[in-house]
Amino acid sequence: MKEKPNAQPKTKPKPKRKTKKLREQGRREFLRSTALLVGMVGASLVGLIPLIGQANARLRPPGALKDRLDEQEFLSACIKCGQCVQVCPVEAIKLADINDGVGLGVPYIEARDQACDFSCDGLQCVLACPTGALTHDIDYPAETRMGFARLARPCRCLAVRGQPFKGAARGTDHPALLRFESVDRWNPIRLAEHPFDLPLCDLCVRLCPIEIRIAQCEAGTPPSGDPNQCPPLHAIRMQPMPDGRTATPVVEDGCVGCGVCEMVCPAEPAAIVVDIHRSADFQ
Amino acid sequence: MSYFVESLRQLLGLKPVKPTPEQIPIPVQAIYKEKRKTPLTREALHAVEAGHARSANRHKWRNRRWITLIVVNLLFVLSYVLDVQLVEGALTASRVIGFHLADLNSALQVTLAYKHIVVNLLIGTLTVLVLWILLGGRTFCSWVCPYHLVAEWAESLHLWLAKRGWAIDIQFHRTVRAVFYVIFALLALLTGYTVFETISPTGILSRALIYGPGLALLWILALLAFEVLLSRRAWCRYVCPIGITYGLVGVISPLRVQYNMRSCHHEGDCRKICMVPHVLDVTIRGRAQGLTTDIGADCTRCGLCVDICPTGSLSYTFKGLEKAL
Repeated sequence: MKEKPNAQPKTKPKPKRKTKKLREQGRREFLRSTALLVGMVGASLVGLIPLIGQANARLRPPGALKDRLDEQEFLSACIKCGQCVQVCPVEAIKLADINDGVGLGVPYIEARDQACDFSCDGLQCVLACPTGALTHDIDYPAETRMGFARLARPCRCLAVRGQPFKGAARGTDHPALLRFESVDRWNPIRLAEHPFDLPLCDLCVRLCPIEIRIAQCEAGTPPSGDPNQCPPLHAIRMQPMPDGRTATPVVEDGCVGCGVCEMVCPAEPAAIVVDIHRSADFQ
Repeated sequence: MSYFVESLRQLLGLKPVKPTPEQIPIPVQAIYKEKRKTPLTREALHAVEAGHARSANRHKWRNRRWITLIVVNLLFVLSYVLDVQLVEGALTASRVIGFHLADLNSALQVTLAYKHIVVNLLIGTLTVLVLWILLGGRTFCSWVCPYHLVAEWAESLHLWLAKRGWAIDIQFHRTVRAVFYVIFALLALLTGYTVFETISPTGILSRALIYGPGLALLWILALLAFEVLLSRRAWCRYVCPIGITYGLVGVISPLRVQYNMRSCHHEGDCRKICMVPHVLDVTIRGRAQGLTTDIGADCTRCGLCVDICPTGSLSYTFKGLEKAL
């Protein structure tokens, strides 16, 4: 490397009183530094904009603090490491991108693509969370409050229309995973590999993880033999209509908002969706 | 004691202290005097530099560091991709064979925003604290942070462009980094959101490597473009609060770079390649206050100066274990 004589700081002792030139240099450096400060802090504050009108509100993993409506605390507690992503057996959890502002790197679930089906039973994401952003206060699926299902488009619901359903719930090429205990107790399989043949569509009730647990408990075989796994309340039921031909899915207080009903609904767009601004505790 | 004070001053962005002639011990003065009596000609210096440039160890520490940095980040990636659960999470927080680890700055931001002491986070933070006290504090920056590596490559490009006049190096007052530190801490405390994490290239890059790329990489590109064209290593030098957090840890770390003034030619090669050249001001003729001086805690222990020094006047040291090593 060649040595440039003027590239190094001067070693000569500086005059005691600052010259006009030095003062001017100092002033300019101060202004430049202030500009850098304003620019960078401004850029970081842009991250707060998506909070306006809850533009970055999303379905969060189980235990996003006690209730999904604790969104602000959840965002502040999350350290954005993605350990919840890594443990989820159905890979339901994704990390938000920079368009979520301060929600960058925070986990969320796109229920229609891949819902949380609690096939881990033990809430692995909650156990993995190092900061309690997914609160350790909950132990069982029935205790989570992710949102609340709602029949948003009754006119599209096959049961409301009195239609049967035959085939794969979301078509044969959909990648969604779901655990069918009758097929494999531990490993979720592709929804596409488990076709149905139903005289009247009731997939949202039939595949609801809370309803499945209630049925197991009523049969005397709670998951993992643990009676604490038994949900105290029903989440969804099919209400037959007086015409004897059609029915309506009715969401009940046991719904935790996991989004399986939204994922499996064969209607396009889904007739039943998870409302993230409600939960069983906050109607 | 003066090492701690001087380290803290430099972390705050103040200029390194220039000793008065009386503060320089007699033996040190004698060596400076001796060097003045037999000055090295430019040709002789170039010969020394050229000889060193041919040596096999020319990039020893840089190569070791790059390999370490890549291996550490690759462990995160492969552990997830191959699902071996060796290192779970990202650089902000992780579990290594089940043990919690948390990045000190991320943990600080979360604690300020969330306003709770989380036990797992505390355990992870203390583990990491002990680790980096032993390993040198800002060692995290140059040996682990993925942004450091891409910024280092961008820096080469910047220097290449600057030599041709196609890039400039706008310099800022280094105290601005300490101001950033306070502002980001206050923002976390007052807004209740970890505002800094939104623009932290360390977190963004670490997650992009592990979980796949996203739009956030555009921010990284913008930062790199700024550094390449307008200001050399601007993020690490003037902005990053992570550097201050680990710098504070480094103040009490025994792992340091040590300067030996006896063999130094004061030609300044080390200061030219250093990301934080103020820490090497002691290598300027007449600045050393002892035969050996430990480089301050703002030093990232990257070893570039150790590699480039033609006389071996800079070396790693571990206080208390000098004899054993």
